[in-house]
Amino acid sequence: MATTERNFTTIVWDLFCSLKLTLFLLISLALTSIIGTILPQGALPPEYVAQISPAKLQIYSKLGFFDMYHSWWFITLLYVFSLNLISCSIKRLPHVFKFISEPQLVLGEGQRNSFPLKRELSFSGSLEKAKEQVAQFLGKEFSSPVITEHNGEYHLFAQKTAWCRLGVYVVHLSILVIFVGAIIGSLAGYKGFVTIVEGSRINSFEGRSGQKIPLGFEVLCEKFSVEFYPTGAPKEFRSILTVTENGKPVPGFSQVKVIVNEPMTYKGITFYQSSYGQASEGSEHYISVTPRSGGTPEKLTVQEGVAVTLKDGTVFKLLEATQEVRQFAPGFSGPAARIEVTRKGAEPQTFIAFKNFPEVNAQRGDALIFGYEGTSAKQYTGLQVAKDPGVWVVWLGCTLMVIGLGIAFFMSHKRIWVVVTKGHARMYGNASKNQAAFQMQFEDISEKFHDIKI
Amino acid sequence: MTSSMLFNITTFTYLISTVVFFAFLASKNKSLGLAGSFIAYAGLIVQTVAIALRWKESYDMGVGHAPMSNLYESIVFFSWTIVLLFAYIDMRYKYRIVGAFVVPFALLGMAWAQLGMNTGIEPLVPALQSNWLLYHVITCFLGYAAFAVACGISIMYLIKTAVEGNDSSAQAGGLMSLFPPLKVLDDLNYRSIMIGFPLLTLGIITGAAWANYAWGTYWSWDPKETWSLIVWFVYAAFLHARITKGWVGKRAAWLSVIGFAATIFCYLGVNLFLSGLHSYGSSKM
Ligand code: HEM
Repeated sequence: MATTERNFTTIVWDLFCSLKLTLFLLISLALTSIIGTILPQGALPPEYVAQISPAKLQIYSKLGFFDMYHSWWFITLLYVFSLNLISCSIKRLPHVFKFISEPQLVLGEGQRNSFPLKRELSFSGSLEKAKEQVAQFLGKEFSSPVITEHNGEYHLFAQKTAWCRLGVYVVHLSILVIFVGAIIGSLAGYKGFVTIVEGSRINSFEGRSGQKIPLGFEVLCEKFSVEFYPTGAPKEFRSILTVTENGKPVPGFSQVKVIVNEPMTYKGITFYQSSYGQASEGSEHYISVTPRSGGTPEKLTVQEGVAVTLKDGTVFKLLEATQEVRQFAPGFSGPAARIEVTRKGAEPQTFIAFKNFPEVNAQRGDALIFGYEGTSAKQYTGLQVAKDPGVWVVWLGCTLMVIGLGIAFFMSHKRIWVVVTKGHARMYGNASKNQAAFQMQFEDISEKFHDIKI
Repeated sequence: MTSSMLFNITTFTYLISTVVFFAFLASKNKSLGLAGSFIAYAGLIVQTVAIALRWKESYDMGVGHAPMSNLYESIVFFSWTIVLLFAYIDMRYKYRIVGAFVVPFALLGMAWAQLGMNTGIEPLVPALQSNWLLYHVITCFLGYAAFAVACGISIMYLIKTAVEGNDSSAQAGGLMSLFPPLKVLDDLNYRSIMIGFPLLTLGIITGAAWANYAWGTYWSWDPKETWSLIVWFVYAAFLHARITKGWVGKRAAWLSVIGFAATIFCYLGVNLFLSGLHSYGSSKM
């Protein structure tokens, strides 16, 4: 009984320590991650639901495909990944430490043949003197050697940057640190969204799952504006925000400009410019209707989407309005509205009426000239709200990762042995990485080695 | 002289270089190899000037920004880094033949950019108005270029194993003798990825830092982000494959090719087929 248990534990332990499992996990993570980039994630758009068969929809939802990066099986993969990483390190780190702290001082007969980098020197002086001179030489050209006497030979061992063998483990540790940072963020932080109509203030916002989260202070939107390039492309989205506490503006947080790429942070909570729009609900738009034959323009007050019948039986409807038309109609600017006009007994016509271009409005050769005169609607700004106390841990992990990769790839543990016997000194070299670079260094040293006069 | 004329000359030069390299493959004439390299270098110099000039032109237009703000500019930069890396390998390791498998990537990029894309200089939309753009794009594309080189070398590795595996002795004097030995190809592949992997890692980190700075989330599983992570996983698998018994050599070379395919999808496929925060040039903030 005890043996099978032992066997089972060993098998599991060996599995978790194996690099084959690592490969399996890395490839599985790569393959499964694709799903979430193809299927929509989170709230499903209605067009998508309409186009997919109900059976498929149900299977996909059951498998968590619509929130796959938080699904139980993806999280499990990440846990197994972490376990693999930890077990591998537990198993190998002691060896690495031993390798660094107790280097191989004596080079066995058989091993010597396997070195590609070697150099031989013949001498006629005494063994003792040769040992001293070689030791001095190594100390000067490479690093001070440890000298061991073995079977009447002297083995001199010198090494450089042995600790860089730990670089890989710094990389692996960094992954775990990033995970810890992400977990702290998801437990102690929150993300959300809030809209603030110009001139009004909020003291809470909506979290990801729709719950209301209090801020503990208020944010007032003084003004929102958009600036455009001459081409019509947007140049800047700008909210002017003021933080108030108990109704009083907080010093230093009055009239703060928040634009994309320049957020505002107060008490660990950060506000990011994210979207904007018109608070159209219930607001009024003003339309002018002028008979082409002349006469006084009639002023209409309408609401979006609500049809109005004019005196001559024409039905008028405002479809949508914008306070800056440039991005929809290059070459024009200012407020405009898309309207639908149905003359008695005719097909509906849709066109744009401008505020700043009455001559364009008049170009439509109809009996009535429609103009847009603006709105009582206010703009609102949409702000992303976030607090993430784990983010510094994540950056720490990223820094560790970059440093670890630098060590693992661009540094190497270099070792040189010199075996001094009667009449001969043989030098052997080895590097853990970048053999080619070390070879040049070794050749350089061995040239000088060859010139030692003993 | 405008930058767009110089870009046309660049494309043409890479075309000639590719043709000469192919002629080198066919004829095994060493001087053709040398010519191929020098033509590629000439293209690199012209392209460097062109990029600098385009940068200046954007300032003359009053919308000054580094030339890395849209798909066109990024592809140009990508081609430039590929040839730059090739020049490094060529001078350092003297395996000219690598050019026949690497310069075509740069040519494809330039040809597509010049023929199929809007080449105009555009002002920066708000989302891209940040210094992070520069750090992010440069690190990512240096990484991508290193992977392109690694892919070219892996293809050489796979061709060489396929040919020599079937008929090892007869090929001693054939085309394969131009190819570096398998061990060298494997090593060059690894070296390129050793350059690319840390750069991709930096690219992902600078992207995350930027996202955190601009949107308050360092990771949101946006398709582009996810694909860059997929690429990262594949190359991490490559690094571990090399030290795993039974996975060295051919399988590692395949992983490198798959990694580059994933890189290309991350770079282009995501923009063309999937939507997300990175759709360059969209008016989204
Ligand atoms: C389950 C996860 C992982 C495990 C169990 C694991 C395990 C290992 C082991 C045992 C080594 C060999 C160390 C040696 O040379 O003695 C290694 C090397 C390495 N690992 Fe990992 N690893 C994992 C994930 C990762 C990831 C995600 C990365 C990404 C940065 C990574 C980066 C490296 C690097 C750069 C090396 C050095 C490779 C080389 O020298 O060519 N590892 N890993």
